[in-house]
Amino acid sequence: MLKFPQKIPDSLARLLVVFLVLTVALAVVWVLIPRDMKNVKVQWAEAEKREKARPLQYAGFRACEDCHGEIHNKKKAGYHRDLACETCHGPAKAHTEDPDKVKPVIPFTRAFCPQCHAYNPSRPRGFPQINPVAHNPLKACVSCHNPHDPKPPTTPKECSACHGEIARTMAVSHHVQLACTQCHEAPPQHKITPRTAKPSKPQNREFCGKCHGKDAREKLAKSAPKINIDEHGEKYVCWQCHYPHSPEVEQ
Amino acid sequence: MNGRRKFLRDFLALLFSGGAIGGILKILPGTAQAKETVRTGKWYGYGVSVDKCIGCGRCMEACKIENKVPKEPFFFRTWVERYVIRKNGTTAVNTIQPGAEAPPEGALDRSILRSFFVPKLCNQCADPPCVQVCPVGATFQTEDGVVLVNEKTCIGCRYCIQACPYGARYLSPVTHTADKCTFCYHRIENGYLPACVEVCPTQARIFGDLNATASPLSRFLRMNKIHVLKPGLNTEPKVYYAGLDGEVR
Repeated sequence: MLKFPQKIPDSLARLLVVFLVLTVALAVVWVLIPRDMKNVKVQWAEAEKREKARPLQYAGFRACEDCHGEIHNKKKAGYHRDLACETCHGPAKAHTEDPDKVKPVIPFTRAFCPQCHAYNPSRPRGFPQINPVAHNPLKACVSCHNPHDPKPPTTPKECSACHGEIARTMAVSHHVQLACTQCHEAPPQHKITPRTAKPSKPQNREFCGKCHGKDAREKLAKSAPKINIDEHGEKYVCWQCHYPHSPEVEQ
Repeated sequence: MNGRRKFLRDFLALLFSGGAIGGILKILPGTAQAKETVRTGKWYGYGVSVDKCIGCGRCMEACKIENKVPKEPFFFRTWVERYVIRKNGTTAVNTIQPGAEAPPEGALDRSILRSFFVPKLCNQCADPPCVQVCPVGATFQTEDGVVLVNEKTCIGCRYCIQACPYGARYLSPVTHTADKCTFCYHRIENGYLPACVEVCPTQARIFGDLNATASPLSRFLRMNKIHVLKPGLNTEPKVYYAGLDGEVR
């Protein structure tokens, strides 16, 4: 008996034992590792579930209207209509769950509003901006402006109140003596709703030619540089080469 | 000619004729896996109007509160960059700090050609490089196109942080795993807007489903000239920019 194993060389038998032990160990490990550790799809589904279940901090733009309808309606009619309440008042999910215990912040300080409304040359033109140092120092913003319906306290008289960048550019240009109304006709409504009633702009070469044409008769144009508007500038209109608010100021 | 030599010759002939052609046919683009699959269901995207951003930083603050991002000013899921392009062609880019006083320089600085703000966040690429490189499959794309990190299996090797061409990822000092913008996955899946979109005072940020036919996002995509960041990398970003200066691309 045991003739067959004796035929196997000793070295091969040892190798077989090692191989068997390894295979059994691997199988045991494979069985012991839980299924979700081997399957990445299961892990992803769990991660997605965890992510979905995380708590909210911001209650969303629909939450406030139910209780604060009056303020909501007031805000809806003003310039801040597109702002969410939580833009200024901070996260309010906790407040919606327990309105008495948790109160959202009411920013009173002068440091708050300039976050959006301080003058910054990188901000888009036309966005209402002030210089926080020069603009009524030490006075709280809310003493003149209602943040739920913000308006300039008085309708601006000068164009420079809003178009400061143009006014400053003009101030150091050859056109410094010209009033804005020389070239633009602004309807009175423009001061109240700037975007619905827009001022006019010159439309053609002949407009500039009134001063800069060869035989211009305008009184203002005595010392203005003159060109022949039929020959000068080929097919282009004047403001494709010259910026009217600062014509050739650097050359 | 003996048998072995004949076999080798025939085998080589087969390799260079029919067999090889068959192999080439397999890697031709036509039969390779078709990548453009028709997507049904939600497929989230994001729009940014660069010329509406006022750089107030409300979005950065809201994101930190909503997602419990560490307060230090170098961990961001979304951030706003201030570009200052000078007439001599140099460009300075700085991440703004919310709440800080606006920089006064530039008001009368005649050397500035153009200056503006660019909001940035994870582009939630349709073909995300971060997912490709993760060695443990901890970062993945959901059915609705959001790239998430599984913080249970992330080993914090930072490979994805290196691979992201947009610098949108950081290593969280709390969990020591990679962290990034999730489009506020817990909000959008429950019918809310992402926190940054919620608080943006000028509607510079728009969020929506790219498969929806009528939504603020699809209208934004139709009515504007749209750019994405680093289009040459073929990551197919899903954050779309309108009014983007050539300097940013």
